[in-house]
Amino acid sequence: MSDSRPHYLAHHFDHLEQQKQSATLGIWLFLITEVMFFGGLFLGYIVYRGLYPEAWHLGSGKLDITLGAINTVVLIFSSLTMAMAVRSAQVGSRKGCAHYLMATIILGSTFLGIKAIEYGHKFFPGPDSHYYLVPGAKFHLESPVADQVQIFFSFYFTMTGMHAIHMIIGIGILLWLYVKALKGNYHEHYYNPVEVTGLYWHFVDIVWIFLFPLLYLIGRH
Amino acid sequence: MSNAPATTHAAGKHYLNERITVSSWLLTLDHKRIAILYLVSLIAFFLIGGLAALVFRLELMTPEADVLRSETYNKFFTTHGIVMIFFFLIPSIPAVLGNFLVPVMIGARDFAFPKINLASWYVFMAGGVLALIATIAGGVESGWTFYTPYSTMYANSNVILAVCGAFIAGFSSIMTGLNFIVTIHKMRAPGLTWFRLPLFIWAMYATALVILLGTPVVAITLVMIFVERLFGFGIFDPALGGDPVLFQHLFWFYSHPAVYIMILPAMGVVSEIISCFSKRRLYGYKVIAFSSLAIAVIGFFVWGHHMFVSSQSTFAGLTFSFLTFFVAVPTALKMLNWIMTLKNGSVSLASPMLYAFGFLGLFVIGGLTGLFLSTLATDIHLHDTYFVVAHFHYVMVGGGVMGFLGGLHFWWPKMTGKTYPEGWAIFAAIVIFIGFNLTFFPQFQLGVHGMPRRYHVYPEEFQVLHIASSTGAMVLGFGYVVMAAYLLWSLKFGKVAGANPWAARGLEWETSSPPPTHNFHETPVVRHPVYAYEFASETSDEPDTSSEKGHV
Repeated sequence: MSDSRPHYLAHHFDHLEQQKQSATLGIWLFLITEVMFFGGLFLGYIVYRGLYPEAWHLGSGKLDITLGAINTVVLIFSSLTMAMAVRSAQVGSRKGCAHYLMATIILGSTFLGIKAIEYGHKFFPGPDSHYYLVPGAKFHLESPVADQVQIFFSFYFTMTGMHAIHMIIGIGILLWLYVKALKGNYHEHYYNPVEVTGLYWHFVDIVWIFLFPLLYLIGRH
Repeated sequence: MSNAPATTHAAGKHYLNERITVSSWLLTLDHKRIAILYLVSLIAFFLIGGLAALVFRLELMTPEADVLRSETYNKFFTTHGIVMIFFFLIPSIPAVLGNFLVPVMIGARDFAFPKINLASWYVFMAGGVLALIATIAGGVESGWTFYTPYSTMYANSNVILAVCGAFIAGFSSIMTGLNFIVTIHKMRAPGLTWFRLPLFIWAMYATALVILLGTPVVAITLVMIFVERLFGFGIFDPALGGDPVLFQHLFWFYSHPAVYIMILPAMGVVSEIISCFSKRRLYGYKVIAFSSLAIAVIGFFVWGHHMFVSSQSTFAGLTFSFLTFFVAVPTALKMLNWIMTLKNGSVSLASPMLYAFGFLGLFVIGGLTGLFLSTLATDIHLHDTYFVVAHFHYVMVGGGVMGFLGGLHFWWPKMTGKTYPEGWAIFAAIVIFIGFNLTFFPQFQLGVHGMPRRYHVYPEEFQVLHIASSTGAMVLGFGYVVMAAYLLWSLKFGKVAGANPWAARGLEWETSSPPPTHNFHETPVVRHPVYAYEFASETSDEPDTSSEKGHV
C-alpha cells in the first residue's frame, strides 16, 4: 500500500480524501475569520450611518459611480474565470487551468488599476477643486456636516483599502498557482490549492459586492 | 498499519535527537519541536513581563514616587500587560501543550497543516519582536487596552509599533486555532469517537472556536487605531462625531473572550490531572465537555460588562450583567464535577495535582469576585480599582498560569523523557501558591477601600497592603526561579521517565517518552473508553463498537 502513495499526498495523511477534506474545512474556517474581520468595519459603518445619514448621503455622492460599477463587473467576471480554473483542473485540463488562472490575475489587476485611478482622484483632486476628501489634517469640504463626511471617508478608505490588500494577496497566490499550473501540478486527482484559493477569491469578490452598494449607491435613484 | 510511512525506527531515536542541527529546529515541521520552540520563547516573554511587574511592585512599596516617574510607571505596567497577555497567556497552553499533545492524544502523525503551524511561530516571534522594539525604543504608556482617544491622539509613545505587534501576533493565534479544529475533526485515530476524546481536546476545540471568532475582530479594531493614529482618520475622534465607546465595544468583543482563551485550556489540563491522580474516570464527562463549548459561546455575549460606567444604557447593562452571571454556570458545573471525581477517587498529591488544587482554589476566588463586578451597583464602586486587578489576576494567573504549570509538570516527562525531583517540585508549588495569594489578596482590600488602579502615588494608609503585595510578588518570583532551576537540572540529570510514569491513561502515554518523530510506530486503534482507570489496561472486555475511522 505504501508503494501506491502519490507524491502529492502529504506524509501525515492516510489518504487523499482526508487531505482534501482537511483543506476544504480549513479554508472555510479561515473565511469565517475573514467575515469577522470585515464584520468589525461593517458594524462601525452601520452605527455611524444610523447616526449621520446626511453625511453618508453627501459622502456617497462624491464617489465615482461609473468606475465603481465597471469594477464590479470586472470582479464578477474574475470570479467566473476563477471558477473555470477550478473546473479545468477537476476535469484534468492542465493547460486550461493555467490559462484561466492568468485571466483571473489580469482581471484582478484591472480592478486594482481602476481602484488606483479612483484613489488618485481623491488624493490629487486638481487645483480648482473645492474639496479634499482624504481624511486627516488636510480634509476640506464646505458643508455643515463636513466632520461626519470625514468619518464616512475614513470608512471608505479603510474598507476599500482592506479589500484591496486582500486582492493583492490573492493575486500573489494566483501567480504562484499559475507557475505551478504551467508545470501541470494540478489535475483531476489533486487540485486542492486551486479550489481553496478559488474560495478565497470568491469571498473577496463578495466583500466588494457588499461594499459597492453600501458606499456608492446611497440615495441614488 | 500498512499505510503508515515506512519508518526505519532505530532504538533510542526520538523527536529530540533524530536530527540536532540548528536548521533542523528552525525549519522543523514536527508539531512537538514547534511546541518546544514556543515554550522557550514564551519563557523569555514571561521573564520580561515578570521583571516589569517586579519593578513597579518595587515602586509601589512607598506612597511617593521614588523609583519611577508617572510616565515611566505607565510604560512599565503597559509592557507588563501587553507582554503577559498577548505574548504569554493567550498562546501559553494552546501553543505549547496543545501543539505538543493534540496530535499525540488523537493518534495522528501531525497537525493537518504543519507548515502553517511553523509559520505561526515565526509570525508570533515577529509580533513579539515588534512589541519589544516598541518597549525598548521608549515604551508605550496607553495600557494594554489601547483605549481611544488616548492611544490615537494623546499618547506620546510607540503605540503604532505595539499595535502592529499585537495585530501580527493575532495571526499566529488564528493559525494555531485553525489547525486544532481541522485536525480534531479529520485526523482522529480509528475508534477515537468524539466521546472518547480526552477533555483536554474538548477544551482545545472550544478555545480554537473562540480564537477563530474573536481574534479577527480585535485585528480590525487595531487596524482602525493604526489608521487613526497614523493618517488622522476620524473613526473614534469625538471632535468629529466619532465614538470612543465604539472602540471599547469592538475591543472587548475579543478581549473578554480572550479570558476564555486563557482559561478553557487550563480547565482542560486540570481535567486530565484530576482524572489521573484520582485514578478515576471523570465524573460527568459529557457535562465537562459541553460546558467548555457553552463557555465559548456564552463568553461572546458578556463583553458589555466592561462598559457599565462608560455611557452604556441601563438596559444594556442589565442584560450584560445577567449574561455575565450566566457564564458562571457552566464553570460551576465543571467545578462540581471535578470535586465529585475527587470524592470518588483515590487521590495522590503529586506536584501536578498540587497545581490543579491551586487552580481550583484560586479560580473559585477569581470567579466569585467576578460576580461582584458583574453586579451593576457594586461595579460602580469597584470599577477601575485594585479589586479588578486582583480579580483578573486570580482568574488569569491563578487559573491560567496554575493550569499551565500543572500541565508542564504533568507532561514534562513525556516532552523531555526525564523526571524532575518531586520534592523540589512540591516545594516550588507551595511557594508559588503562597506568593500568589500574598501578592493579590491584599489588592482586594485595596480596591474595596478605593485605591484606583494604574496610580503609583497613593495615600499613606494603603502602604501596609502594598508592602504585603510587593513582598508576595518577590516570593512568587522566587518560586518561579526554583522551578526553572530544577526543571533545567532535570534535563541533564533527571531520571529516565519511561513511557508512562504517572500510570495515566490516554494515547500520549502509550508511545515512548520522548515520542518518536511520527508519534506512533503504528497508527493506534482505540478500543477503550476515555479515562479507563477502572479497566485493567491490557485485558479490556469492552466490545469494540466503533472500529470505523473516527472522522465526522
